[in-house]
Amino acid sequence: MITKHLPRALIYGILLIAALFFLAPLYVMLATSFKDAAQIRSGNLLSWPNSLNFESWQLAWSSACTGVDCRGLKPYFVNSVIMAVPAVLISTAWGAINGYVLSLWKFTGSEVLFGFMLFGVFMPFQVVLLPMSQVLGYLGLSSSLGGLILVHCIAGLAGTTLFFRNYYTAIPKELVNAARIDGAGFWRIFFRIVIPMSTPILMVTLIWQFTNIWNDFLFGVAFSGADSKPITVGLNNMANTSSSVKSYNVDMAAAVIAGLPTMLVYVLAGQYFVKGLTAGAVKG
Amino acid sequence: MKSFENVLPKLVIAPGFVLGFAFIYGFMIWNGVLSLTGSRMLPNYDEFVGLEQYVSLWEMDRWLVALKNLGIFSLLYVGGSMLPGMGLAIFLDQKIRFEGVLRTVYLYPMALSFIVTGTAWKWILNPSLGLEKLMHDLGWASFHFDWLVQSDTAIYCVVIAGIWQSAGFAMALSLAGLRGIDDSIIKAAQIDGASLPRIYWRIILPILRPVVFSTVLVLSHLSIKSFDLVMALTAGGPGYSSDVPATFMYVMSFTRGQIGLGAASATMMLATVAAIVVPYLYSELRAKPHER
Repeated sequence: MITKHLPRALIYGILLIAALFFLAPLYVMLATSFKDAAQIRSGNLLSWPNSLNFESWQLAWSSACTGVDCRGLKPYFVNSVIMAVPAVLISTAWGAINGYVLSLWKFTGSEVLFGFMLFGVFMPFQVVLLPMSQVLGYLGLSSSLGGLILVHCIAGLAGTTLFFRNYYTAIPKELVNAARIDGAGFWRIFFRIVIPMSTPILMVTLIWQFTNIWNDFLFGVAFSGADSKPITVGLNNMANTSSSVKSYNVDMAAAVIAGLPTMLVYVLAGQYFVKGLTAGAVKG
Repeated sequence: MKSFENVLPKLVIAPGFVLGFAFIYGFMIWNGVLSLTGSRMLPNYDEFVGLEQYVSLWEMDRWLVALKNLGIFSLLYVGGSMLPGMGLAIFLDQKIRFEGVLRTVYLYPMALSFIVTGTAWKWILNPSLGLEKLMHDLGWASFHFDWLVQSDTAIYCVVIAGIWQSAGFAMALSLAGLRGIDDSIIKAAQIDGASLPRIYWRIILPILRPVVFSTVLVLSHLSIKSFDLVMALTAGGPGYSSDVPATFMYVMSFTRGQIGLGAASATMMLATVAAIVVPYLYSELRAKPHER
């Protein structure tokens, strides 16, 4: 629409330069990860790697050192998988049930309850760190993956409830009423009518929760022990370890490995990811 | 049977709400109580000190530095993500070819962890082999860039990485808003002889106000909570020159053994977020009954 006034070439030029700005760090990460130490010193950020050198990837994955621990990122990656899968599934299912009640089985006060729950989406989690670490201690879950799973389930609940509640609000009441007249109960309506309609919001929530939980650092660094650190903590420790020689190529390979799962999800199911982003913000 | 059907929904959401409220409000109060104690390495509820922790917090240079950094970071991060984000959205809305590809490219940083982003930018911005070397190789011999290791500029490196990560988010929200605008409004204005910049400034931007508002709100509360990016990029350094409240809280509570002080700083963060978010949530929830 601006067409007649601004030459289209200019618009395309600006959009392209912006795209290069966003892509540059990804290129730098990949290019650096394939260089050897000598080439990092002789070349620059944008220089093309001389050869595809997979050594840093191998180091980053299985033998790079963080302090005295030389097992690479692999154990942290495994921890993150063990942590993320149940936490994502539980928080999503739980949110679906809550959202179902708050939209189709409203009762006096349920809107107010929901309003108070909503603050959990925005609150700074710093407030819960100290009490939560004590509670995890009482439960015997300190420094364990079980503890992290529990924390992520509860911390994500406000968001997943919001997603499902807003989605289910659009389901026509008549549909539910008709089913009730036919004798269908609470659970039957949920599993036979509501869940089959939920594929899009399920995708959005699963992806949203996976991205959040995989990328979490705050809970990971505060509540994990030596054997339960998630990948973000592992990567941060590896990249900030103060050894005499900084191996940027290994750091970059490690960063790509840590970012790969969420990137893959984004590339494969980007539309749901974007919907999650906008749903969280536009409709509070 | 009928009465059971009435109770069942409440029973079903009870566990989630009991745990959720305990997590949100119970812990809020608990944290508040901790902030009134003299707890150091371990929580100590017997040593009540009143508001002493808050007094010492506001007397600490480190806390004031963290607040100043938060001010700088929030302002530049929100503005710096918002303006280019909206600009890109407006350009993308001009029936652009490859729009889908471009959108994907602008938004992918949002899928990455701030730790990944921070690690990458730490390498890009490092003073010896990073951007400086690149500029030298490109022929700009006098180029000098060591912001990351200087105490008065390190926070700006966090801003750069933060904007890189979040501008796409502002773009996505603005674009969603633009797509919701009826084309006929623009056509009518064009027939009336309004120029396009004028149409965007006088008609489209005012329509987008709610979208801009919620984007600014989300970005501001993210900036107050920002922790990972600072940890990965500068870890609050050099010294504590790039500390923000979130890193301050973590360091005091978990590495310095100043739990009471950490709890007090968490309360201050909570108050700041609440001041921004609560009016928004209140107006959103109040507005709804009228819509239906």
